[in-house]
Amino acid sequence: MPKFMSRNDLLLFAGFSLVVLAMPIWLAPFGAGYPDLLQRFMIFGIFAVGFNILFGLTGYLSFGHAAFFGVGSYAAVWSFKLLTLDAIPAMIFAVVISGLFALVIGFLCLRRSGIYFSILTLAFAQMSYNLAYSVLTPITNGETGLQLTLNDPRVLDAAVGQGFVGQPVPNLLGQQLSGYAGFYFCASFLILGFFIAQRIAGSPFGMMLKAIKSNQTRMQFTGFNTRPYALSAFVISGMYAGLAGALLAVTDPLAGAERMQWTASGEVVLMTILGGVGTLVGPVIGAWIIKYFENILSALNDNILARFWSFLPEGVADVLVKVTSKFVGDGWHLTLGLAFVIVVIFLPGGIMEGVRRVAALFRRSGSSGAKTAPQTQPAE
Amino acid sequence: MANPNVVLHVADVHKRFGGLHALSDIDLQIEEGKTHAIIGPNGAGKSTLLNVIIGKLAPSSGQVVFDGNVLTGKKPYQINQLGIARVFQTPEIFADLSVLHNVMIPALAKRDGMFTLNMMRSLESETGIRAEAEHMLEDVGMLNRRGMLAGSLSRGDKRRMELAMCLIQHPRLLLLDEPTAGMSRHDTNTTIELLKKIKARGMTKVIIEHDMHVVFSLADKISVLAQGRIIADGTPDQVRGNPKVQEAYLGGAH
Ligand SMILES: Nc1ncnc2c1ncn2[C@@H]1O[C@H](COP(=O)(O)OP(=O)(O)O)[C@@H](O)[C@H]1O
Ligand SMILES: [Mg+2]
Repeated sequence: MPKFMSRNDLLLFAGFSLVVLAMPIWLAPFGAGYPDLLQRFMIFGIFAVGFNILFGLTGYLSFGHAAFFGVGSYAAVWSFKLLTLDAIPAMIFAVVISGLFALVIGFLCLRRSGIYFSILTLAFAQMSYNLAYSVLTPITNGETGLQLTLNDPRVLDAAVGQGFVGQPVPNLLGQQLSGYAGFYFCASFLILGFFIAQRIAGSPFGMMLKAIKSNQTRMQFTGFNTRPYALSAFVISGMYAGLAGALLAVTDPLAGAERMQWTASGEVVLMTILGGVGTLVGPVIGAWIIKYFENILSALNDNILARFWSFLPEGVADVLVKVTSKFVGDGWHLTLGLAFVIVVIFLPGGIMEGVRRVAALFRRSGSSGAKTAPQTQPAE
Repeated sequence: MANPNVVLHVADVHKRFGGLHALSDIDLQIEEGKTHAIIGPNGAGKSTLLNVIIGKLAPSSGQVVFDGNVLTGKKPYQINQLGIARVFQTPEIFADLSVLHNVMIPALAKRDGMFTLNMMRSLESETGIRAEAEHMLEDVGMLNRRGMLAGSLSRGDKRRMELAMCLIQHPRLLLLDEPTAGMSRHDTNTTIELLKKIKARGMTKVIIEHDMHVVFSLADKISVLAQGRIIADGTPDQVRGNPKVQEAYLGGAH
């Protein structure tokens, strides 16, 4: 019987699912156990898992993946407007459209590699952003963003006699997707996305992607046409991005062009590097950490800081409030940048490398005296 | 082609890099099942010749024909899929992957072709390919290193692994660019034994080598290249006795 999954993979998958599903419980003490933020954890986790298939496994650094995220959002909102408020058709539609979009952009960008590839993806994404912002206003509703209205046709809903709703909100077979329902809806997709990524990484196809990252020349002289491999990875990661964008539209049915901007593309790069490029869970953790701190830090303001530093003498406290205020609120990106620099310098493998180092430390102190064999098995 | 046994025909190939004539007038016929050595001083154009054969470089003029297929203009992966594998002068390996995976990848290329979208299959279930790779590693004496990262191997081991990566494809034509450079005497001898064993299986080989011991113990035919031209051609004994060769290569270099 062919082995479906190794025991380690199965354990990892089970552990991951458990951690995700229990998030409302274990994140509550950190002030993050509320649905709105949890949904974002799931959505950007999916985005990062998919991005890692291209960047982490295949070694192609895209600076334009927010474009696919945005396309996913627009596609989902259009599905809500034209077809039905049910979430499933919207998700399918979004994944298909973003996949096709990624096929075209990937086909063009993958004619180059390295920095030129990155620049090309950036250029295409900025083009998409500008198109969405101004040129394609009939499709994207430009600056205002695409939203649901009472007059949307929703032909499928109308056909089954649910043409009229009060306030149009996406649902799943009639069940509303706000609050925890929305979280579990998103969580099931993160778990599914993680499972697929795990299968890909553990397949012959995944090994080819890693081999392309390692030595593309050798791959070609070994008889592989590397282009369709890289393109498949590109399209798959574009579909993940589209899925994430669609989920954002499900939880908040409004699609705006800013979702496609280069800062959004850069953010998923940061998430992946922060968590650990090429690892399975690293990018998800990176996404969670960035979204968590964005949430905490951007909510802080001078009043809260003043209260925080109030135990110090007045003059000192004032200075500290001034200084720290630059790092919170809208300035939280400064903190993110600093954290990123520190991680890249001291932990080039991201948080997952930190975890491995700590684990190795424990193992060594656990078996002190025993010969510490050098680790020769490549980390999966 | 006059000789029906010729499997590779390098026909009137020229290669210029700007003003440099790296290859001029190269006409070479390699017979099926034979080991053909190419020797010559550094910079003679030996590696360039292999690069032209496997499609890494396009010739400035002339063409390469393999078993009735014109290779010139084909992509490297297409040329490999026709049955030509190469060991490079500086090892081209997957440094970030394990030794076992390095050897499994070419076997998968041979079995599945240039592209297969098999992402829902598990690598663990590829027991046949895995066994084949382990057998190959045993052949080159590296089975005990299968779990190591390829990048952490010694230079000699990298070359032996690269050889295993080529051999596992059972190519019809194997091109070897200084396969024993950087190896200890002992490893060199093991490699020669291995190459002799393959020869017995009927694999055609083109081998570039500096080590005359290796050349004379393996080659059926030798071509001597100097400044981009073939200056002598023949059996090892004929080449050894050729005064032009003595002057250009054997005398000068050693
Ligand atoms: N890609 C290249 N571009 C320019 N010059 C090259 C290139 N490859 C090789 N050469 C030149 O061609 C000549 C032959 O090189 P090479 O084939 O590597 O020699 P050999 O392998 O016999 O030592 C050398 O002078 C080398 O500098
Ligand atoms: Mg050379």
